[in-house]
Amino acid sequence: MKIGVIKEIKDNEKRAALTPGIISKIKKLGFDVLVERDLGLQASIYNKQYAESGAHVCSKEEIYKCDLLLKINKPTHDEVNKLSNNQTLISFFTPALNPELLKLSEKDNINILSMDSVPRISRAQKMDALSSMANVAGSRAVIEAAHSFGRFFGGQITAAGKINPAKILIIGAGVAGLSAIGTASSLGAIVRAFDTRPEVKEQVESLGAQFLTVNIDEDGSSKDGYAKAMSKEFIDAEMKLFREQAKDVDVIITTALIPGKEAPKLITRDMVELMKPGSVIVDLASQQGGNCELCQKDQIVHHGGVKIIGFTDLPSRLPLQSSELYANNLFHILDELTPDKNGEITINMDDDVIRGMTVVKDGQITYPPPKVEVSAASKTKTEKKVIHSPKPSIERKSSIIPGLITLFLLFLVGAFAPASFMNHFTVFVLSCFIGYMVIWNVTASLHTPLMSVTNAVSSIIIIGAITQISTTDALSLILSGLAIFIASINIFGGFAVTKRMLGMFKK
Amino acid sequence: MNLELLNLESVRALYIVSAVLFILTLGGLSNQESSRQGNMYGIAAMSIAIFATVFGPQVSSNYGLLIVLLLLGGSLGLILSKKVQMTEMPELVAILHSLVGLAAVLVGIVNFINPIQEYFGIEKTIHSIEVYLGIFIGMVTFAGSIIAFGKLSGKISGNPLTLPAKHYLNLIMLLVVIYYGNEFVTALDINSATTSLTVMLVISFIFGVHLVAAIGGADMPVVVSMLNSYSGWAASATGFMLSNDLLIVVGALVGSSGAILSYIMCKAMNRSFISVIAGGFGTESSVVSSDTKEQGEVQAIDIEEFKTMISSSKKIAIIPGYGMAVAQAQFVVNEIISILNNKDIKVLFVIHPVAGRMPGHMNVLLAEAQIPYDIVFEMEEVNDDFDNIDLSIVIGANDIVNPSALEDPNSPIAGMPVIECWKGGHTVVMKRGMSTGYAGVENPLFFKDNTRMLFGDAKESLSQLLTLNN
Repeated sequence: MKIGVIKEIKDNEKRAALTPGIISKIKKLGFDVLVERDLGLQASIYNKQYAESGAHVCSKEEIYKCDLLLKINKPTHDEVNKLSNNQTLISFFTPALNPELLKLSEKDNINILSMDSVPRISRAQKMDALSSMANVAGSRAVIEAAHSFGRFFGGQITAAGKINPAKILIIGAGVAGLSAIGTASSLGAIVRAFDTRPEVKEQVESLGAQFLTVNIDEDGSSKDGYAKAMSKEFIDAEMKLFREQAKDVDVIITTALIPGKEAPKLITRDMVELMKPGSVIVDLASQQGGNCELCQKDQIVHHGGVKIIGFTDLPSRLPLQSSELYANNLFHILDELTPDKNGEITINMDDDVIRGMTVVKDGQITYPPPKVEVSAASKTKTEKKVIHSPKPSIERKSSIIPGLITLFLLFLVGAFAPASFMNHFTVFVLSCFIGYMVIWNVTASLHTPLMSVTNAVSSIIIIGAITQISTTDALSLILSGLAIFIASINIFGGFAVTKRMLGMFKK
Repeated sequence: MNLELLNLESVRALYIVSAVLFILTLGGLSNQESSRQGNMYGIAAMSIAIFATVFGPQVSSNYGLLIVLLLLGGSLGLILSKKVQMTEMPELVAILHSLVGLAAVLVGIVNFINPIQEYFGIEKTIHSIEVYLGIFIGMVTFAGSIIAFGKLSGKISGNPLTLPAKHYLNLIMLLVVIYYGNEFVTALDINSATTSLTVMLVISFIFGVHLVAAIGGADMPVVVSMLNSYSGWAASATGFMLSNDLLIVVGALVGSSGAILSYIMCKAMNRSFISVIAGGFGTESSVVSSDTKEQGEVQAIDIEEFKTMISSSKKIAIIPGYGMAVAQAQFVVNEIISILNNKDIKVLFVIHPVAGRMPGHMNVLLAEAQIPYDIVFEMEEVNDDFDNIDLSIVIGANDIVNPSALEDPNSPIAGMPVIECWKGGHTVVMKRGMSTGYAGVENPLFFKDNTRMLFGDAKESLSQLLTLNN
């Protein structure tokens, strides 16, 4: 089967759907790969590199003759019109927001797999291009902020004086938020993060940020892995927190998105006005209206000395990285589509991931898919439960009562037993304690030799048999003789096998 | 002929030397360097004890027979120790335990028929109790060890024997033993005492058999260490019976050693000693087959991909289970390690306390394959360090790497400490098929994103890795 990779035609788009590194792996699945001329030019990938990796570089017309077409951005009407007989397209599609495009695709037995409809289950993570792009966007958001911010992010003590580190607030600790936290802390800034889902606290802290909370107990996790909308009280408390933070921080990066809805307005005009001049806000939600009231799509808004950045093309601003990640996601999807590695794709509608992605099959709209009930959120919840469950340790019960009982029993023994018994008993109890102390020092790797040597040692019972051998009673003689015989098997066998084992332990 | 060269005081003095040497024997096992010396101490201690007894006042005849029996038994023991395979160690240890138990029974019976000393009043009562108890413990050890040997060597099915009302059965047997104990102690003539003793011998044999037969295969490490402990207590009881402090001391050492090992094994499986004795894994887990939620799918790899994964790793952890020993793959593993060391890839082994069939069994098997012990680590030493490990290779192990022990409170193995290899870079599980482990529990590790399965015979797959240099 031939795979054709289409060059993006959207303005300012620098990414390419496949990079040379992944092409050899795709060819191993049995495919022939054709790339459109100058596919990766904007990402500094040259036609020569594609050719060297085994792809054929050819014209747009050639590409549209392929059976399977790959691209990144959702197809234009024109592009959909070019699709015909049994062709399959894999790209972003956002079917929920593009009903007329979906309608247009209902023709000619074509198949469309939407990259943004990969269900959020753990098995599908490797195919989730939204996560990959969010990762790039989060990181780039920090770089954009640093670029527009007039000072260092990291603190320094210089000969000329002290430089305070920048303070950054990151709202929303999803993939993009976490990526932003990581990048910002590695630049040396003081990073604070807020999220409505308490279970992300640990991830936030592991990246070196402080996790902010409000004093209202409400969990924002939902079954589809995104955060859900919160109650009024919660939002009020949240806004109060942001207002306080706005006075203090230099940079705010917002990543709060609720699927299928307009982005929640979290940073109001008055908050922006509270911020110090020179501060920067990067709004990653600007595609869906923005988290900041003043944000404008694809623009930098200046408001009283505060810059509000609303770029929607952040992944494309790191084209090589984004292309590589997207190509990897595509490879995993192709791998899933060709179980037999014979270069023929099968769209298996029983597979949750494939089913979720497929929005058009054989010219029929198959969107929306039935709900998949396994989500990252419910999974992280169970993991959280585990953290709180008590560690598997043996509980230390109060030793007072057993101690008293032991004392009483010992007293009882002492009151009735004769002196000779008490002598032996003393020896016995003390020996048990010596044994206890000594054995705890034995290294675990020598437990088997320990058992074989104690085996030989416990054959000390032979002493008893030896003292009985000097008898004239026939039965006693036979029995004690037998005891000596078997005990000596044990003595010699036990010591010899221990010696053999210990001899094998070498550094 | 009489060779009473030593008087009672000299014998006791030599016994003290022997007891100290025995303590040093066990102390020597605290590390590998001193362990060989420890074993020599043990041999010396035993020789001194036997020497002192033979030439002491308690032995006055039958020297020839004594020497012959010692040599006969000794040679048989030496032959056994030469022939045994390291995988068969648990069986050997079990059968040797049974011999200690049997010897204790024999010594007890002889002491009953032919007492060295006459006792009166409370001393007689105590002595009778000691004799009765010594024989009882000896018999239980003997019978239990025979069954353990049978199970370990595969001669008896490893499945737990579940008789109806087995706990009551045990209880009734114990009560009968106690009843006849009273009869034995208060018996006025030798005949009724003999009857009591005979009944007790039979009951305690059945008791010992039932005790071990009811325990499942996965709990074998506990059973073996428990029997180890019993054999010590049997020796100690014999010491009380014969008023011999050396036997008491040494028996107590061995007894507590076995008890500690049982405790360590129980803790490693997060099971209480009582629940191990009460019955095996196999019974409960067939009912609680865990909630089989969406498990996802496993990702299989072939040997070529495996090679690439190995070559691109800096630090590799190998997690061996008993399956590796059964496949005799440890020798191949050792060859692979030397190849990897040449390529500057670090390899370490992680051992779970209950891997293998008895405590420390895995370590011995690795040592046999000449794997240096300083790259073999305990579970706790590595568990927090998996961040630094690029690749974990699980060979023939299952339950000891099962994350549901930590993540699923309803799992039959919940709370058992496991090797947390999934926290590392990648895990490759070498397995024959998708069967469950001893505990019969599904293993979510196989479905993790960073886990790859390599199906097939471990030894064959590993042998193919030997071409790694090319």
